[in-house]
Amino acid sequence: MRFSFAIQTLSSDIPSKSIKKSEMKIYGVYYSQLIFLNYVLEKYKVIRKQFGNIQPSDIDYFKTILSEDRVLTDENDVLPFNIDWIKNCRGQSKLVLKPKSTEEVSRIMRYCNEKRLAVCPQGGNTGLVGGSVPVFDEIVLSFMLMNKIISLDELSGALVCETGCVLENLDSYVRERNLIMPLDLGAKGSCHIGGNVSTNAGGLRLLRYGNLHGSVLGVEAVKADGTVIDCLKTLKKDNTGYHLKHLFIGSEGTLGVVTKVAIHCPALPKAVSLGFFGVENFEIVLRLYASAKSSLGEILSAFEMADNDSISSTVQNLKLPNPISDYPFYVLVETSGSDETHDAEKLTRFLDKEMESGLIIDGTVTSEPAKMQTIWNLRESIAGAGLIDGYVFKYDVSIPLANYYSLVPLLRQKLGSKAIKVYGYGHVGDGNIHINVTVPKYDQEVCSMLEPYIFEEVAKLNGSISAEHGVGFRKPHYIHYSKDVTAIHLMKQLKQLMDPNHILNPYKVLPELT
Amino acid sequence: MSRVLVGVKRVIDYAVKIRVKPDKSGVVTDGVKHSMNPFDEIAVEEAVRMKEKKLASEVIAVSCGPAQSQETLRTALAMGADRAIHVEVAGAEYDTMQPIHVAKILAKLSKDEKADIVIVGKQAIDDDSNQTAQMTAALLDWPQGTFASKVEKTDAGLTVTREIDGGLETIKTKVPVVISADLRLNEPRYATLPNIMKAKKKPLKKLTAKDLGVDLAARIKVISVEDPPVRQAGSIVPDVDTLVTKLKEGGHV
Repeated sequence: MRFSFAIQTLSSDIPSKSIKKSEMKIYGVYYSQLIFLNYVLEKYKVIRKQFGNIQPSDIDYFKTILSEDRVLTDENDVLPFNIDWIKNCRGQSKLVLKPKSTEEVSRIMRYCNEKRLAVCPQGGNTGLVGGSVPVFDEIVLSFMLMNKIISLDELSGALVCETGCVLENLDSYVRERNLIMPLDLGAKGSCHIGGNVSTNAGGLRLLRYGNLHGSVLGVEAVKADGTVIDCLKTLKKDNTGYHLKHLFIGSEGTLGVVTKVAIHCPALPKAVSLGFFGVENFEIVLRLYASAKSSLGEILSAFEMADNDSISSTVQNLKLPNPISDYPFYVLVETSGSDETHDAEKLTRFLDKEMESGLIIDGTVTSEPAKMQTIWNLRESIAGAGLIDGYVFKYDVSIPLANYYSLVPLLRQKLGSKAIKVYGYGHVGDGNIHINVTVPKYDQEVCSMLEPYIFEEVAKLNGSISAEHGVGFRKPHYIHYSKDVTAIHLMKQLKQLMDPNHILNPYKVLPELT
Repeated sequence: MSRVLVGVKRVIDYAVKIRVKPDKSGVVTDGVKHSMNPFDEIAVEEAVRMKEKKLASEVIAVSCGPAQSQETLRTALAMGADRAIHVEVAGAEYDTMQPIHVAKILAKLSKDEKADIVIVGKQAIDDDSNQTAQMTAALLDWPQGTFASKVEKTDAGLTVTREIDGGLETIKTKVPVVISADLRLNEPRYATLPNIMKAKKKPLKKLTAKDLGVDLAARIKVISVEDPPVRQAGSIVPDVDTLVTKLKEGGHV
């Protein structure tokens, strides 16, 4: 089936109604870019597809499925669902639906499919690539009320819950039962498990517990036509036919809407320690990683790095304490195990050895929860700290370790004084680096110096242009740097099969569907 | 130059969620992460800074408690204390140990060690007593500068800025003196790796209350420990009128 595109809404039609300052405050900063959307719409000539327009009769119908207070149409009520948390993208949705059950989601989808109404599924709205907010007037399907925990098998660790459970709530719940969620990320207080699954979120525990394709045991999802696909098994092994759950992990809501999740929770580590070290150069970061892997073995649970600019701007901008003095690179090493004495011995041996060898110049190590929190907080806050400088161009890429950091100096040189700062930090253990470029305000010239340059470089290094943030609205035009033509073609065929009217999260993930 | 004695208490880490024992006899401490009382960390930091400014010749950390209190003392040593004294108090005696007992121990040790300044945190975050500094000063008949947010050396004594309800009070005291540290006195440092390694080799002396002639007989009996009341779940009302009606029904307006 083919779509014909009519120029209905161009970027100039986007309402420029100003947003109240109080709504724009993040990390204590005001900023009102929201430029990216206009820019992308213009540059890539993104136009509203020929979906149906919402009629009063549609709203009446939704009110028969959901109670009236779960059908939001008031402009002020809908606004927060239209803007992503980094305030980069703003959609124009006029309708938010808040289902409470799979049945309700199914009925909504069936109706939307019949009426060709576009839908944007939304979890905690903490995405970084504009995948969770509408672009035009898609109906926002918010899962905030689908937040029930269904079951937990304390022996196997299989947790079954609804899609809208907040990650941190799940973590607290399973912790009380001596288990831990297999993923943890900065947005844990807001993000939904369904969103985590739909975007295949990475985060801080990936080194230890692997990614969600391994941890997710089962998924229940609703297809675009309302069909409920029940793959909600809690088995570790199930080789019966195609592994369909994987289609919903990381497809960012374009193939179906995740409504329930079964996930494997590992045992809660009894002993956790955290070291924060200063080192001389990136070469040493890698040598230290090799050493940590062999000395700490199975208790190594995180190996993160941050360059000097990452830490110093976080310390300055957010007034956070740096536990050690100034160094060119910082390394954070976490161990988690079941025996404090055993783990401490291992860690001490590792530290003794690497202080002796001179790889670690200085640092601190602690197993006190409050202190560990302070150090993790410094690391997790880097993502938001750059916003204080003005605008941040953020890139989340995977690069094989030998060249992991090489783009940062390259970009510094290329941008010169045009950038306030260029810095890199990330999950060394996963080969994933976050590169941030801060500028006083959004600048078209800087943007065109960065893109597609940075993606070309990543492609040359055999990396991925999106390691854990996904493709969303921001990167479909660049997906070809990481995916072969034939792979993109198969993705389009899958999309066509599962959502023939293309109503699910349109304008996202796949380059223009033709 | 002065010799400084710092009191450090091992308490449940403030980032840990506290759970009350089912029999209401106390809180669960087994398998729960403990750390140095945060106000005591501030006290240690202040003592170490005094030494760095050459106002103090030696910093001695003292902790009264079970064997694991030695970990807390090692932290103090890693932060810069020179040596440590562990007064071992365990089991039932520890459960009923109160500021009066600790004050007696600190007072005795101050004399034995010829300390000129005693610094403790203003209170421990577990029992919130806020009595040890005051009682120690009374037992020693020394002046006291409690809730200190600034301590400066002046002439023969110290000038202490105190955080009081109305604002800040500045007092001058002679030495010897007992000081209790308030939150804004300083920001405690993180122990650095080289210092953590060095701390393992610093001297740590073990004593008992009996050695010091302090009677630890219980002065109190714990009747019951209970959780604070759980906040009632809220509900969302559709409009202001309903809200007002509900508030009236509940007798709130």
